[in-house]
Amino acid sequence: MAAVKGPLSPHLTVYKWQLTMLLSIAHRATGVFLSLGLLMLSCWLLSIASGAEAFHAMSIHINAWYGQLILILFTFSLYLHLCNGIRHLFWDTGYGFEIKTSNNSGYAVVIVSTLLCVITWTAGGMS
Amino acid sequence: MNLRSPLANVRGLGSAKEGTHHFWYQRVTALFLVPLTIWIMTALVMMTATDYESIRLWIQSPINALLLLFFIIALFFHAQLGVQVVIEDYIHSEWQKFSCIILIKFLAILAGMASALAIIKIFLGL
Repeated sequence: MAAVKGPLSPHLTVYKWQLTMLLSIAHRATGVFLSLGLLMLSCWLLSIASGAEAFHAMSIHINAWYGQLILILFTFSLYLHLCNGIRHLFWDTGYGFEIKTSNNSGYAVVIVSTLLCVITWTAGGMS
Repeated sequence: MNLRSPLANVRGLGSAKEGTHHFWYQRVTALFLVPLTIWIMTALVMMTATDYESIRLWIQSPINALLLLFFIIALFFHAQLGVQVVIEDYIHSEWQKFSCIILIKFLAILAGMASALAIIKIFLGL
């Protein structure tokens, strides 16, 4: 496509930051990030299938501080994408578009996904 | 002479020339993934032992193997649909866009089938 000369639509930077906008961007970003996590999940499954040696070789990285940090980021991304995804599914059926409702559901997404992430990492065998 | 009605001509053809299938599959896989994700995260939290043998035993339970297989396939389907939209939005050169989408589909099918094969191998105790 030839470069268009002339005014373009307003760029993102002219808008005041809002929760709805932040979550929209975060939904995309976490989606892409989680796709990479999915490839790591594949590697993990393949390591289990390959035998104890491969599993332990991978466990060393998973249990290291950087592995744990990445896992925590994946966990939070997963919950954020899940909660915000449910919000999107409600929108798809035509509900929740009012400014007040979408702001409130946005706050709920942030609070619930943070809580779920904390619960996952404090309760149970993962920690 | 064209005997097809105007509706028949446009049905299934949006601006992307493939109608609403992409949108629809994205939502259906999302809907599938809601309970499956809750299941896998609950199972991970409840898991008391995370050593090699315990994890193998967990996957060897038929219900776990089945749901894990379903989860992985739905995830790959959902992920490649999502990444495709991101590529379509941000890569403007037609051939680069096309190549990236083909590459993403190839990777998703390859990694998805490898994961499925891994689950089946563990399930069969091989």
